Amino acid sequence: MRPLTDDETKAVLGKVDKFIGSSVKLLVDREDGTYCFRIQKDRVFYISEKVLKVACNVPRAQLLMMGVCFGKFTKTGKFRLQVTALDQIAPYAKAKIWLKPSAEQQFLYGHNVLKGGVSRLSENVEKYQGIIVYNMNDVPIGFGVAAKSTQECRNADPMTIVVFHQADVGEYLRCEDSLL
Amino acid sequence: MGRKAKYDEKQKKGKGRKSRVQPAPQLPKQLKAKEDAKKLSRNQVKRLKKRQLKSSSKTDQAKQKRSPEEANSIDDREDGAQSSDDASGMDFENDSPRKGFTDENDSWLKPKQTSKRALFDDDADDDGVMDDDFDEDSRDPGSEASLEDEGTMRIEKQSKKILERRREDKELEEDELRDQADEQQKQKFSDYFRLPSESELENEKEVPLSVQAVHQRIKDILHVLADFSKRKEASRCRQDYVRQLILDLCSYYSYNAFLMERLFYLFSPTELSEYLEANQVPRPLTIRTNTLKTRRRELAQALLNRGVNLDPIGEWSKVGLVIYNSQVPIGATPEYLSGHYMLQGAASMLPVMALDPKENEKILDLCAAPGGKTSHIGALMKNTGVLFANDSQPDRCKAVIANLHRLGVTNAVVSTMDGRKFTKVMTGFDRVLVDAPCSGSGVVSKDEHVKTSKDEKDILRCSHLQKELLLAAIDCVDSNSSAGFVVYSTCSVLPEENECVIDYALKHRHVEIVDSSLKFGREGLPRYREHRFNPNMNLARRFYPHTHNMEGFFVCKLKKLANGNANNDGKGGEK
Repeated sequence: MRPLTDDETKAVLGKVDKFIGSSVKLLVDREDGTYCFRIQKDRVFYISEKVLKVACNVPRAQLLMMGVCFGKFTKTGKFRLQVTALDQIAPYAKAKIWLKPSAEQQFLYGHNVLKGGVSRLSENVEKYQGIIVYNMNDVPIGFGVAAKSTQECRNADPMTIVVFHQADVGEYLRCEDSLL
Repeated sequence: MGRKAKYDEKQKKGKGRKSRVQPAPQLPKQLKAKEDAKKLSRNQVKRLKKRQLKSSSKTDQAKQKRSPEEANSIDDREDGAQSSDDASGMDFENDSPRKGFTDENDSWLKPKQTSKRALFDDDADDDGVMDDDFDEDSRDPGSEASLEDEGTMRIEKQSKKILERRREDKELEEDELRDQADEQQKQKFSDYFRLPSESELENEKEVPLSVQAVHQRIKDILHVLADFSKRKEASRCRQDYVRQLILDLCSYYSYNAFLMERLFYLFSPTELSEYLEANQVPRPLTIRTNTLKTRRRELAQALLNRGVNLDPIGEWSKVGLVIYNSQVPIGATPEYLSGHYMLQGAASMLPVMALDPKENEKILDLCAAPGGKTSHIGALMKNTGVLFANDSQPDRCKAVIANLHRLGVTNAVVSTMDGRKFTKVMTGFDRVLVDAPCSGSGVVSKDEHVKTSKDEKDILRCSHLQKELLLAAIDCVDSNSSAGFVVYSTCSVLPEENECVIDYALKHRHVEIVDSSLKFGREGLPRYREHRFNPNMNLARRFYPHTHNMEGFFVCKLKKLANGNANNDGKGGEK
């Protein structure tokens, strides 16, 4: 377990920045204390400093998880955001998309979102911006990357892809073993 | 976590629509019994009365011609005919419209009734026989008055004969009844059930009895054991019965002899059969609301909209819901995936309720997988303080991690190490939960494998490990903290894994049993076979499938009084 290096910090915050913009500051300085990022076996954890202090007691080999896992670094040094980070970034999300129940099912199986399944889309979404996907009950069910800006979406036909799938809560069932 | 189980809609009970019983066939009018025929109209009744009046006046005229004695008897007869509808054999002398049979059968053969006579008597024929008996008795003095008359003499003889025959019949009947009653009495108390002899048992080994026969024998032995001194066979002792009962229960419910014997020590014979029967059916599926993300009412509404039939679990829990049936898989709804609830047995909520975690505390779950109880603790702590979850198996820890993330617990630290060595990593916790690995004798309905796979060694091994884990857990707790509680729970019902382990901890550490604030459940056993436990053991709680409709479970809450060992009074032994 160690703090992130500058490059790693840049990679992680760059990814998070796509979803929540300048709110990254809010993510670190919270009301209930300071939170920080730690890396352990290529996994990046987001953790309160209070918890971090006691978690240091556990030997590195036996420590599997602490706080919230944000994602992992691939062997090539890229950072992948995982669905476990959803609960932390969803409250600060800038771009949101709401899905119809039929499309919700498809998205939970890991498919991209088509225009036909979109119920609502927030304004001023740019192309390739990170976007949080909600169902009709306002529950976040995953995130992805906008394939089209809001303007382009208005004129698109129902079969065009609006959001590229990145992660969804269905992964808790589909790949429980590989999550961590 | 049970999400690979089949939660398809349960099969409907009952026979179904197609097997509905057909109503009794409607008989056509002409086939119906005469009694059911239409009532006579008012005019018809009048006419009938007139007709009878006429006929009676006719007989009156005939009476004038006869002797007064005879007329007397005829009057009697007519009265009798009104109360009873039998034309007995004595009618054959008179000129009445109904004639009896005149051959030797006249004593018992009776002429057929006409429908109109039903007007005067609605009684069934069977009652008529008894009435007849009575009438003849009453008629006797009347006919005695006319002893000289030959006709009456014959009648009298016949009636006497009939009376005698009836009396004999009655006596025979009574004898028979008495015999039957005696036999029943005997059956009830002595010869009712006979244990199989050794040779019969030998035969049984080659040609096994049918399941029904074994079941019947179990019932019989249970009946004998319920009132043993009265119902036993004279030459057999209680142990013979018990041995046979255990054998039969083993074969009927397919347990191994060891586990059955242990269960027999624990339960009375009748309760044992209830327990085994309850283990044959699965417990209801229950879920726990994740209060970090939603409320029970909202969750129930959301699930109802998905076609799930559910109810609150009971008075004792504010987060539990019981699922009756569901059109969607409960372990894969969008609500489940976004962490609004957790599939969890009803009994698994009890240890956490006993632990009663508070905010801003340091809490340890020593044997966490698969994370149901851990996430429950996390929900009660509302993501404040620190929650440690440990499990010895790294594979099982993956489930803990996934569940904690899914349910939104952010203050958890998951480690995989031997729970017995956790004291080396960290101590000073406020509360510790030990949900120790056990033989699983309380969750037979979930895992049939338990029935046959356990033996003496397994229990000893479990018990030993549990003792070590409990001592480690007690060592992890800081006695100076405001809380300082340890909750020990297992999903086993055997006292070797429960009360014995607690007793061991009481002897080796400065702890005492405290009330677990669980409002229901059986009390812990104060004694078991040769063991005599702490009198406070009644504060521990036991849960059984047949009494509480949840898995067999044991929960005990301990309060740490002082640090250090109890017997050598080393570092912090002062009490």
